[in-house]
Amino acid sequence: METKAFQKIYTKITQITKATCSLHATGIGYNELAVVHGRLAQVVKILEDEVTLQVFGGTEGIPTNAEVVFMGKPPSLKVSDDLAGRFFNAYGEPIDGGPPVEGEEREIGGPSVNPVRRKQPSELIATGIAGIDLNNTLVSGQKIPFFADPDQPFNQVMAMVALRAKTDKIILGGMGLTNDDYLFYKNVFDNAGALDRIISFVNTTEDAPVERLLVPEMALTAAEYFAVDRNQTVLVLLTDMTLYADALSIVSNRMDQIPSKDSMPGSLYSDLAKIYEKAVQFPDGGSITIIAVTTLSGGDITHAIPDNTGYITEGQLFLRKDTDIGKVIVDPFRSLSRLKQLVIGKKTREDHPQVMNTAVRLFADAANAKTKLENGFDLTDYDERSLRFAKDYSNKLLAIDVNIDINEMLDTGWQLFKKHFRVEEVGIKKELVDKYWPKD
Amino acid sequence: MATKGRVKGIIANLVIVEADGPVSQNEICFINLKGVDLMAEVIKVYGNNAYVQVFESTRGLRVGDEVRFEGHMLEVQLGPGLLSKNYDGLENDLNAMKGVFLNRGEYTAPLDEKKLWEFKPTAKAGDSVTAGDWLGEVEENNMPHRIMVPFSFSDKYTIKIIVGEGKYTIKDTVAVLTDSKGKEIPVTMVQKWPVKIPIKAYKEKPRPFKLLETGVRTIDTLNPVVEGGTGFIPGPFGCGKTVLQHAISKQAEADIVVVAACGERANEVVELFTEFPELEDPRTGRKLMERTIIIANTSNMPVAAREASVYTAMTISEYYRNMGLRVLMLADSTSRWAQALREMSNRLEELPGPDAFPMDLPAIISNFYSRAGYTILNNGESGSITFIGTVSPAGGNLKEPVTESTKKAARCFYALAQQRADSKRYPAIDPIDSYSKYLEYPEFAEYVSNKIEEGWIDKVNEAKNLLLRGKEVYEQINILGDDGVPIDYHVTFWKSEIIDFIILQQDAFDRIDQSTPIERQKYMLNHVLDVCKTDFEFENFNEVSMFFKRIINQYKQMNYSEFKSEKFNNFEKELNNIIAERKIA
Ligand SMILES: Nc1ncnc2c1ncn2[C@@H]1O[C@H](COP(=O)(O)OP(=O)(O)OP(=O)(O)O)[C@@H](O)[C@H]1O
Ligand SMILES: [Mg+2]
Repeated sequence: METKAFQKIYTKITQITKATCSLHATGIGYNELAVVHGRLAQVVKILEDEVTLQVFGGTEGIPTNAEVVFMGKPPSLKVSDDLAGRFFNAYGEPIDGGPPVEGEEREIGGPSVNPVRRKQPSELIATGIAGIDLNNTLVSGQKIPFFADPDQPFNQVMAMVALRAKTDKIILGGMGLTNDDYLFYKNVFDNAGALDRIISFVNTTEDAPVERLLVPEMALTAAEYFAVDRNQTVLVLLTDMTLYADALSIVSNRMDQIPSKDSMPGSLYSDLAKIYEKAVQFPDGGSITIIAVTTLSGGDITHAIPDNTGYITEGQLFLRKDTDIGKVIVDPFRSLSRLKQLVIGKKTREDHPQVMNTAVRLFADAANAKTKLENGFDLTDYDERSLRFAKDYSNKLLAIDVNIDINEMLDTGWQLFKKHFRVEEVGIKKELVDKYWPKD
Repeated sequence: MATKGRVKGIIANLVIVEADGPVSQNEICFINLKGVDLMAEVIKVYGNNAYVQVFESTRGLRVGDEVRFEGHMLEVQLGPGLLSKNYDGLENDLNAMKGVFLNRGEYTAPLDEKKLWEFKPTAKAGDSVTAGDWLGEVEENNMPHRIMVPFSFSDKYTIKIIVGEGKYTIKDTVAVLTDSKGKEIPVTMVQKWPVKIPIKAYKEKPRPFKLLETGVRTIDTLNPVVEGGTGFIPGPFGCGKTVLQHAISKQAEADIVVVAACGERANEVVELFTEFPELEDPRTGRKLMERTIIIANTSNMPVAAREASVYTAMTISEYYRNMGLRVLMLADSTSRWAQALREMSNRLEELPGPDAFPMDLPAIISNFYSRAGYTILNNGESGSITFIGTVSPAGGNLKEPVTESTKKAARCFYALAQQRADSKRYPAIDPIDSYSKYLEYPEFAEYVSNKIEEGWIDKVNEAKNLLLRGKEVYEQINILGDDGVPIDYHVTFWKSEIIDFIILQQDAFDRIDQSTPIERQKYMLNHVLDVCKTDFEFENFNEVSMFFKRIINQYKQMNYSEFKSEKFNNFEKELNNIIAERKIA
């Protein structure tokens, strides 16, 4: 960062913690950026002439006489069509060897969309994965995370979804991404010939954790440019939001805030909501859809990070290994897309809602039968049939390697009903049964 | 002279202001940030320092920036024109704002000051009046909107002048009152009221007792709420709190519905914006939006205004209640409001209570719920505010401060169960854990005896009992195995499943099933209870489930058909045939 002539240079730091440092300075704006010892920092607290800075790169090795220069503006990003195809770090600086992007400078983390200026989302995003399209249909303008244990292939599924979704731009916000995963994304996008519609802001495990705090807002500022100024459909991928929240807690703990549940800051809900609520459908056709990853520890969704996320996002997608078929499936019980009712049976075939619900209910019956079996009880004929149904259903519809269109998913559903059950056992509206129950 | 001040410190949206004169707790002030006024509220005073929570982002604010104190608390404007409006938490008209984004410091007038209203006086010169008494009315969306003596008028007054029928704006004087000291005070159609103070311009607040129909069977039949009652819906994320509240807001038999979207998703409010102008209120045939006011402080809007939003909504509700109307107020989610309090309390470095919430959280919640209620107005008419809030317990665990405090304050408890939601048994209200205290009110029992049928409460309790029995035998079956228990157990279990599938479960997205009038609820409950009382003959337990599944399937088809239509009747006939197959005469 170059310093401008009129900027005052401070050289007396009064306090240093792991993530912050303080000094005496005047005329400083709240949330303004500064450079401390060559590292980017942001004002997080002002008390009279004492200013506290959060140092994104961490404070290791910063001496009390380090040079501090205030920049007079909050973090910003230069936006233009030239962003397309480029890779940046958390500060929005190119890491692909290309030149800096020229364009209009915009503050990141800008204001919210007036809710009355939003349009109700109504465009289905097809992914070919039945666990998503059939049971948890995605809609443009939606925000939804994958809840997954770290060993699950969420990055692969997310890349697949991104490429199959027909959007104008895909913006990757990587937080604490391993270098391997970063290269994986780069390769997949490259191989798909999609690089020109991809923009990436990446903080890898090699970078300082606090830097991650800038990534979502960088990505979303770019997204807003394309969605608002260019009326494009934009898909934003944020991975891994758990690491983002961890960075939040590092900073708030350094600032002596009273932690609430699981050592997370009390403002976690608002902090995450500010990011996820950037998902929007604009009346002029532009949209921002956010698909995120929240890694769980030991599948615990009551932990503050997934819990608050679940309260904010419009559903969640659970990946789980189904040991009966040896494949990863999209778990129909814990997964949910709350916007699905805006499109299913409307943009898709009329029988969609009932086929979806019935199949899940029957899958639940199978789960009960399984418990019975495990407890050493005899199974009824119905139990046996539901177990066979469950296996078929997992294989043909829930597994993440399924790639078919939605009508085919529905037809498959009816075939499985017929194969394993009688009409009165499925409890579907008669008109639909008359029309779709497979005839031999 | 108005007090002024200067910014001394900034921590997120908590700003410390050094004041040059008197300030009061909860006073409103404006902080000037490079020409833009940011609204803020005093939440603590220490010496000359006022700690204020800013209703906007404080980005760019500097030490030394000027502050102007307003001399009053956060207030809302009350007058004709509130209906059908979409406001933010501070009563800014969202539709009047320019641009796609919410610009900081942009405040818009809540009411149209130019619109002419057809005023009809209903009081006359010489009448003595007090706060809240009706002076006249205008028609607002086909409903009489009473123009009242402002709630802030604490004296006894005589009407000196009241204007004749004619067109007036809300700013025109429509009456002149004389107070006890002979001072004359002009009255217009608009008044202001501080949102954190309850409006008490009514005669009394008796126990509520009239059933408020919501069209949701598991509420109306099993755990009814009443006009002027309170209830809350706690539940883990994704279990159906919002869907349930939206259903209630569409179907409930209320004159006015005030929806406070408090720190929840913007898309959910957009759903209301989109659907309500189109959907009809089946009772009046008018568009739902005409009776609705939406207060939207979504989760990405400023946190401090989130706390204000529920108070704004309650104050507007109280205003309409005083017109003798049945107001239904819904807030989704009161946990977000509590979290806003927590964020502030933490920044103020107050001693934290459980889960870092402020110590006085229980008191704040119970004070708020107590603003609902059934009231007898000064003129003998009645009005009510029914309040139903959702609670979003952390980790879905009901043993947390917001749920526990709310449980003490609200009379109906609609606990959403994760397990029911997982198995798509919507609405996921747990029939065993949930309750309505109103079932215990003798005046309520008498009311429904007259309105629905003699002995209705007994039937409700019978259904509840069957559900409980069903749950007990189900546990037995799980422990002992299908053939380890008598066939009777299976029958008992499946009878409870009929109640679950047919009375409790309801498809919020089916045109017909979504709303059930009480007449139909009565018919179905009676039908189902009759089947539950019937003895059937079975050889083995496999037959039991097969048989009852057919019955449930048939009942479901009835639920999906227009009440008493030919289709409905045919399904019922088929159902009766199935029942006859195994019925022991
Ligand atoms: N009565 C119902 N009929 C059918 N589906 C329902 C019903 N209630 C809820 N659902 C399903 O559950 C989903 C989640 O419901 P909802 O958004 O109301 O949950 P919530 O409890 O408000 O969650 P949060 O706390 O995260 O806001 C809905 O999108 C819908 O798919
Ligand atoms: Mg909700």
